[in-house]
Amino acid sequence: MTRRWHWTGLLGAGVVLLVVAAGVFAPWLSPYGPRQLDLPHAFAAPGPGHLLGAGDNGVDLLTQVLYGARVSLAVGVLAVLVAGTLGTVLGTAVGYLGGLADELAMRVVDILLAFPGLLLAIFLTSVFGPSFVGLIFALSATGWGAYARLARAQTLSLRRRDFVTAARAAGAGAPRIVLRHLLPNLLGPILVQATFGLPGTILAEASLSFLGLGARPGTPEWGALVDQGAAHLLDAPHVALVPSAAIALTVLGLNFLGEAVRDRLDPKGS
Amino acid sequence: MRRLCRKALSTVLSALGATLLVTLFLNLVPGDPVEILLGEQAQQVDRDEMRRAMWLDRSAPMQAWLFLSSLTRGELRTSLPPFQTRVMPRIGKAAPRTALLAGLAMLLASLVSLPLGIVAALRAGKPFDRLAMALSVLGISFPSFLVAHLLILTFGIRLGWLPISGDEQWLSVLLPAVTLALGLSALLSRVTRVSMLEVLGEDYVLAARARGLPMRSVVLRHALRNALLPILTVAGLQLGAVLTGAIVVEKVFNWPGLGTLLLSGIERRDYNTVRACVLVFTLTYLAVNLATDLAYTLADPRARRSGDVSREVSSR
Repeated sequence: MTRRWHWTGLLGAGVVLLVVAAGVFAPWLSPYGPRQLDLPHAFAAPGPGHLLGAGDNGVDLLTQVLYGARVSLAVGVLAVLVAGTLGTVLGTAVGYLGGLADELAMRVVDILLAFPGLLLAIFLTSVFGPSFVGLIFALSATGWGAYARLARAQTLSLRRRDFVTAARAAGAGAPRIVLRHLLPNLLGPILVQATFGLPGTILAEASLSFLGLGARPGTPEWGALVDQGAAHLLDAPHVALVPSAAIALTVLGLNFLGEAVRDRLDPKGS
Repeated sequence: MRRLCRKALSTVLSALGATLLVTLFLNLVPGDPVEILLGEQAQQVDRDEMRRAMWLDRSAPMQAWLFLSSLTRGELRTSLPPFQTRVMPRIGKAAPRTALLAGLAMLLASLVSLPLGIVAALRAGKPFDRLAMALSVLGISFPSFLVAHLLILTFGIRLGWLPISGDEQWLSVLLPAVTLALGLSALLSRVTRVSMLEVLGEDYVLAARARGLPMRSVVLRHALRNALLPILTVAGLQLGAVLTGAIVVEKVFNWPGLGTLLLSGIERRDYNTVRACVLVFTLTYLAVNLATDLAYTLADPRARRSGDVSREVSSR
């Protein structure tokens, strides 16, 4: 692989910028409010007035997609941030300390990873009921195990290095060694994991809200919009397809960007 | 052998832990489930009966024990008044349908991704490889409901070839299975490509080519056989994604499997059904993973490293 950014990476970065801008500037980009109804135009096809068409009760789909970008990005970024931070700190700490703490933490991670894919998140959101915080909690609760494992594996290979021994010889305690010496050195692989975790998390969030397990009803979420549109696939297919396309575009952009970031940070992985 | 025992032991431990987690989780829920289910106007008698029927008058370990013992005896009943319907027969009816869906999806995905991955590896860096890999990113990025809706609109409605809902016709399984298979084959073809690339650089492949064996035989007899094991491992691990993917796909196609049962349980707050479904999903996943590991060790006594390939797969 060359050092230059591949065109897919640039494309990915462009798409991601576009989606972020859509979320941030949603109120200025759209003349409609996120909950504004236009009953005579319910399920209207794309055209002037409603550029991407209208959905149930005549909500403007473009507006919903713009505001939905906020929810998707916020939930995705926050869940990855929480899971990544928790998992990394925990994995590094138990990897450095070893012994009983290490054994115990890894058994907990085993149990966590025993749940197939999204299942634990579905279970957690169904128990806690629909809420924004519950969604982030469920997604980070399912996600931290992978970071903990990766951080632990990295720590095990780093802890015997000279710079750690030197720090210990200089009198640094475990917290200082973990925070100041180990963490900065294993951030690369963690960052790669997180860049691929983000599109996965956004897809997971879309699936959850499609299953009716998203944030509070009425929040403009892409997955929930698709769910509403699915009932009208025959007479108004655009209602389901427009938010689906928004999800696909965002995840695609993030995946392309992720590959580019990985090629930069970890040339062996490409 | 020791590695296998360790693996079996950790699988049993994970299964126990997951079971406990699923069973006990209701005790962590903020608020009283009976209040939520019955509302504020409910009679005290009804509340008490419900509390008893849901075992909420017992301690948490006792609840876990009651759930598990009634589950294993096949006596587990739904958490919905009048608390008479048994859960197991419903699971017995739904599970084979999900198994059929997931199995067919796995089969279709292997049929597509093995040839695709092999050819991409043979032409690494050439236009075919680049196109295939770009398509595979597309396959990973598309949410399954988008694929499902596109298939429904094309083959169900415009062309009218295939049924789009339910399981009354035997062709009904095709569209949901193809939906699941597309996402899976995107991933498996990437893994196949990486695994093949690694093996193609080995000395014995070079030696086989130097002896003048036809390319076909080198690829299929020498390289693929050795590349297949890591692919098998990843396919086993991906079963988890297929099972949870099936929940979404079953909803779109109205397929009466475990996912549909789970969702209806969630919707009606039928906690026993939800717990039982989550448990069946989890135990199946663990069992398949253990079986994959077993097959792997049996097929290759050297118990080769598989870390390199499974790292290619992202966490979800």
